[in-house]
Amino acid sequence: MEDCLAKKMEITVSEAEKRTGRNAMNMQETYTAYLIETRAVESQGEGQCAPVDSLWRRYSEFELLRNYLSVTYPHIVVPPLPEKRADFVWHKLSADNMDPDFVERRRIGLENFLLRVASHPVLCQDKIFYSFLTQEGGWKEMVNETGFQLKADSRLKALNATFRVKNPDKRFTELKHYSDELQSVISHLLRVRARVADRLYGVYKVHGNYGRVFSEWSAIEKEMGDGLQSAGHHMDVYAASIDDILEEEEHYADQLKEYLFYAEALRAVCRKHELMQYDLEMAAQDLTSKKQQCEELATGTVRTFSLKGMTSKLFGQETPEQREAKIKVLEEQIQEGEEQLKSKNLEGRDFVKSAWADIERFKEQKNHDLKEALISYAVMQISMCKKGIQVWTNAKECFSKM
Amino acid sequence: DISLTEVNSFSPSMPISPSSMINQYKFEDEPELRDLFITVDDPESHITAIETFITYRVVTKTSRGEFDSSEYEVRRRYQDFLWLKSKLEEAHPTLIIPPLPEKFIMKGMVERFSDEFIETRRKALHKFLNRIADHPTLTFNEDFKIFLTAQAWELSSHKKQGPGLLSRMGQTVRAVASSVRGGVKNRPEMFTEMNDYMETFSQKINVLDKIAHRIYKEEREYFNEMKEYGPIHTLWSASEEDIADSLKGVASCIDKCCKATEKRMAGLSENLMPILHEYVLYSEILMGVLKRRDQIQGELDSRVDALANKKTEKDLFSEEIGKLEDKVECANNALKADWDRWKKNMQCDMRSTFTNVAENNLCYYEECLATWESFLASQTVDLHVEEDSEDRP
Repeated sequence: MEDCLAKKMEITVSEAEKRTGRNAMNMQETYTAYLIETRAVESQGEGQCAPVDSLWRRYSEFELLRNYLSVTYPHIVVPPLPEKRADFVWHKLSADNMDPDFVERRRIGLENFLLRVASHPVLCQDKIFYSFLTQEGGWKEMVNETGFQLKADSRLKALNATFRVKNPDKRFTELKHYSDELQSVISHLLRVRARVADRLYGVYKVHGNYGRVFSEWSAIEKEMGDGLQSAGHHMDVYAASIDDILEEEEHYADQLKEYLFYAEALRAVCRKHELMQYDLEMAAQDLTSKKQQCEELATGTVRTFSLKGMTSKLFGQETPEQREAKIKVLEEQIQEGEEQLKSKNLEGRDFVKSAWADIERFKEQKNHDLKEALISYAVMQISMCKKGIQVWTNAKECFSKM
Repeated sequence: DISLTEVNSFSPSMPISPSSMINQYKFEDEPELRDLFITVDDPESHITAIETFITYRVVTKTSRGEFDSSEYEVRRRYQDFLWLKSKLEEAHPTLIIPPLPEKFIMKGMVERFSDEFIETRRKALHKFLNRIADHPTLTFNEDFKIFLTAQAWELSSHKKQGPGLLSRMGQTVRAVASSVRGGVKNRPEMFTEMNDYMETFSQKINVLDKIAHRIYKEEREYFNEMKEYGPIHTLWSASEEDIADSLKGVASCIDKCCKATEKRMAGLSENLMPILHEYVLYSEILMGVLKRRDQIQGELDSRVDALANKKTEKDLFSEEIGKLEDKVECANNALKADWDRWKKNMQCDMRSTFTNVAENNLCYYEECLATWESFLASQTVDLHVEEDSEDRP
């Protein structure tokens, strides 16, 4: 981790701004632009800070960067972006992309994404990533020039591979199951958490009704009046306190969401393995069948049924010259095939090795982050309980003086 | 001569003189001097050819001389309580008779004879009798004594006595007639103040009743969601290794908080809601009592008005007027004293009920706090252990 970019450079996504412009179809659109600020970290700084560089990027450019990274480094669990649209909302939370709270949380999520990439031992060295942070103009063209889109595997091909691969690495199969389970359980958790938040909001806010009634009631009471009035005030405080509490909890939800999306990145690595393995199996199968054909032609025996064999039997044998030519072509193909198979095997083994190394790194990161998130959740609950105790202690005092 | 024994008259239709009333009200309600203890319990279902009804066991323990025995056990049904209430209202039109639980509940899905309904009613009936027992005047009412002590057939036969239907109807007609004419124009300032107070109080207590119900409802919905929330963490822990313990810890905390919420809800439904409901009923009763006082005044006023022009026969009717004036003065004094007593009790009840609500909430938050703090402690211990093992060469 010593050489990673995060150690050499301070990266922040410090601002978000609403912009209007024209899209590809020349229609007016509104979007949000995010300010990325970078500054070199001076290890021997004596009060002199390096200047801050900055440039604006919008969400779609982040998406382009991530797509490029996923295709270029298929063996890496690439950090996910924050959600495109607000999901798992509860009634108070807006589903509107332009909502300031959503934009703020997205800003934090984007910064987190950049920091994750910058602290990844492999990804941080990527030139395109560096340019994303530092080069304002012409970055999009630069990315497209890498031709990464051509390297992208088609979804259909990947799906095909999933169902047809015969001998995937067992570890990847297990990892695939794990990532499915992780995705399923975190989405379930987030959905229920949103409902719990909604209900909790209801409980707190309903107590706010006490304030006004107590106040009106206190007007007709002589001895009870003061107690009622001040108790009502505390009920108002109680009702208002839920807003901050739930806002903090959204950050916890965002932490979980990151790992929900990370599960998808894990899945992508597994898919790549399946594809490579399928490719390998197909190539091996092809080679075997070519070798077989060669043998049949050479020895004149038909070991297994083949349509070609049947037709040649029906319509007559070929001339020896024709047969020779065929054998020669096949032998060339076989040699090519064997070389290809060799390199595919090598590729496959390299992929498994480097992917597995990154997966181990990811697992450690995940365990650390999730444990911390759970601890921070407990801290939030504790804070909420302490606030509740304070308010109700005050209210109790007021009631006892009624 | 005026003595307490005059107040202990067993004939409910005898007018109580104002001076004896004043003597009576010099007593404060002191719980240590209680000599009548009543419990209502053991609801039992009775099925006959015509109807199904519930009876409750009413147990009375007393050291009072006028009771033949020191312990009584009888069974009473709701109808009997209604009878008692109407007798008390008849005998003491301007005293504040405690509320009875309603005949049936319209809102909510509470079935007529569900366990919840019966238990709520039982508690309210218990309250009703005890409030009467604590009342300085009502506690010595003869019908009350008969209610507590008579066997079923005795009570039935006693119920059949008393002013006939026709005379009762006559009273009602006169009451309506006099209320039409007012009793409001000569109303003492004090009672107008009471009226204004009760109008506002009634409004506020009804709103509070609704708020309490809404809080209960919100807490229940929260509880329902929480029930699902904890187990998801346990499910997740099954696919994890390193963080399985942390996840299980969170699951257990959430489950404990869930149980604590249930307790909090029970506190509401057992304390706050019944009291608020009782005072909603009380506010109706009090408006009724104020009206009846106005009616009694109205009787006097209309009689005075009617005789205003008959100067020659004034002497003839002076006795009648005098009696009516006495009646008004009696009613006013009774109401004033009972009003003061009611206000004091109300203040006491509200203070203790709302303090109890606050305590319930404190309990809830303290329990949850303890749960999460112990989870946090367990996690940081683990962290330190991990750090130590990493430091070791």
